[in-house]
Amino acid sequence: MRIFARQKLTQYFIMQNSTLNLLKSRQNDILKLWLDKQSFSTGSFENFSDSNEENESREFIETFIHSLSHSGAADLNSPGFDKVNDVITGISISRGKRGYSPRETGVYLFTFKESIFEVLNESLTDSDLLYAESQEISRILDNMTILTFEAFMKGREDVILRQTDEISEISTPVIKVWDGIVALPIIGTLDSARTQVVMENLLLQIVETESSIAILDISGVPAVDSLVAQHLIKTVSATRLMGAECIISGIRPEIAQTVVHLGIDLSNIITKATLASALQTAFLMLQLEVRKKGNISNIHG
Amino acid sequence: MIIVANKEEMPIIREQDVIPFRNRVKDYAVKAGMSILNQTKLITAASELVRNLLKYGGGGRVKIEAVTSGREVGVRLTFEDKGPGIKDIDLAMRDGYSTGRSMGLGLPGTKRLVNVFDIKSELGMGTTVTIIKWKNG
Amino acid sequence: MDKIPILKMGDFLLITIQVDLYDQLAENLESDLVNAVNKFKSKGVLIDISAVSIIDSFMGRILGNIAIMSKIMDAQTVVVGMQPAVAITLVELGLPLNGVISALNVEKGMELLRKKIYNGYNPEQDYDHSSE
Repeated sequence: MRIFARQKLTQYFIMQNSTLNLLKSRQNDILKLWLDKQSFSTGSFENFSDSNEENESREFIETFIHSLSHSGAADLNSPGFDKVNDVITGISISRGKRGYSPRETGVYLFTFKESIFEVLNESLTDSDLLYAESQEISRILDNMTILTFEAFMKGREDVILRQTDEISEISTPVIKVWDGIVALPIIGTLDSARTQVVMENLLLQIVETESSIAILDISGVPAVDSLVAQHLIKTVSATRLMGAECIISGIRPEIAQTVVHLGIDLSNIITKATLASALQTAFLMLQLEVRKKGNISNIHG
Repeated sequence: MIIVANKEEMPIIREQDVIPFRNRVKDYAVKAGMSILNQTKLITAASELVRNLLKYGGGGRVKIEAVTSGREVGVRLTFEDKGPGIKDIDLAMRDGYSTGRSMGLGLPGTKRLVNVFDIKSELGMGTTVTIIKWKNG
Repeated sequence: MDKIPILKMGDFLLITIQVDLYDQLAENLESDLVNAVNKFKSKGVLIDISAVSIIDSFMGRILGNIAIMSKIMDAQTVVVGMQPAVAITLVELGLPLNGVISALNVEKGMELLRKKIYNGYNPEQDYDHSSE
């Protein structure tokens, strides 16, 4: 059997049938070694008879050795490895949920590697062959370890995505401040995806509360550039199309400067520095007046 | 990579074909699980493009497909006519939004309503417009 | 032939659009409306689009036409009940719907018409809710 030097990525060593048979016949020894190492590395000296862990590991070994025999152990992307890749990805996700860190799951595979090496070392006398077979197994298992990290990260990404959605929901509350007036304090950056959510929420609330005026407060929006301004203008336009009016409040001096420097035209939009003055304007527009009780003089808002 | 789960084709010859076509698009959009807003955007875009097909393309046909790509599901529409073609696609796609004028073809606005917008046209040969709206797009 | 019914409510006309407008229907609507405004000397037109789920440029043009035609005949037009999804889509599409005034529902639409017609009419302030 020729051993190819690792010059080209496409030329891989094909594991010998004898080695594969050896692994198959000593599967249980490998499993036992592995389980021992697992309990040692996690610092728990309990007898590893926890059936969950044992079954998981057993299934993995069986699938792994099966894959090796049937895929020719050549191309890691070959379908022969699909099943075992699925198994290890599943194990990684499940372990992640059970509270194992990615390192612990990585170590899980490293101890498996060690177990195989020990068994090979016992049985293979040809040191060149031992080296080649070990290298091959190493290559395969290292790739699988990367898969476990990727699976773990993807799990995290899913959590982040879900939380982002939740945050969007929470951070655009529409508040009815008076009969016919709703207020929407926008907190955080206003990108195009968020604008859609804001518009939907706002317009639905306007219909539900039968409001004629919506106050958009942007004091919680860190930066207003042309894009953000465009989103605000769109929101105002949509509100008007439905027959309500929109006042934008919370305009900080920096924003006023930026808007002018960028040449953004806000002349069609009613803008106020504070929510309070926006509310005052809204009252005026609805021809409402706020008066102190029992007092002759009128106090407006 | 886009996988087609379901598809059908409708000929668009006269104005009466528009409404049934729109309703069919709605069926696909609902089946894809789109929100009301996204359904509205898709059907409105489809309405614009199908009217263009009739008005400028002299009629043609539309392919409606339920598609998936990775984790996304959506609807793909392909509008094909053998009309005169569009002379200057870049000009047609130029954004007239800021001037407030409604463009003859309404293409830039339509593009904003969907996630993928592709247009191929050859003078004297015809025009093909393909759009995709993802469920969460 | 299909026709969209036009209701007379005092000085106003109310049209409720509940079906998809195709060419012939839209043309009929335009001419029926103009004739009705003329016949009843109506001062205002309310178009209820709360049942309309898609407004494309064609429909937008019809609404705009009706507004302009009515204005020429000295009647104010108000469009009421636009669905939120439609409003958002129209803005994204870039359809300005110039000359079209909106109100949230028929009630508010009539209020608006009354203010404009009887309390002094200012053509510059289309979206102004206070006429004082």
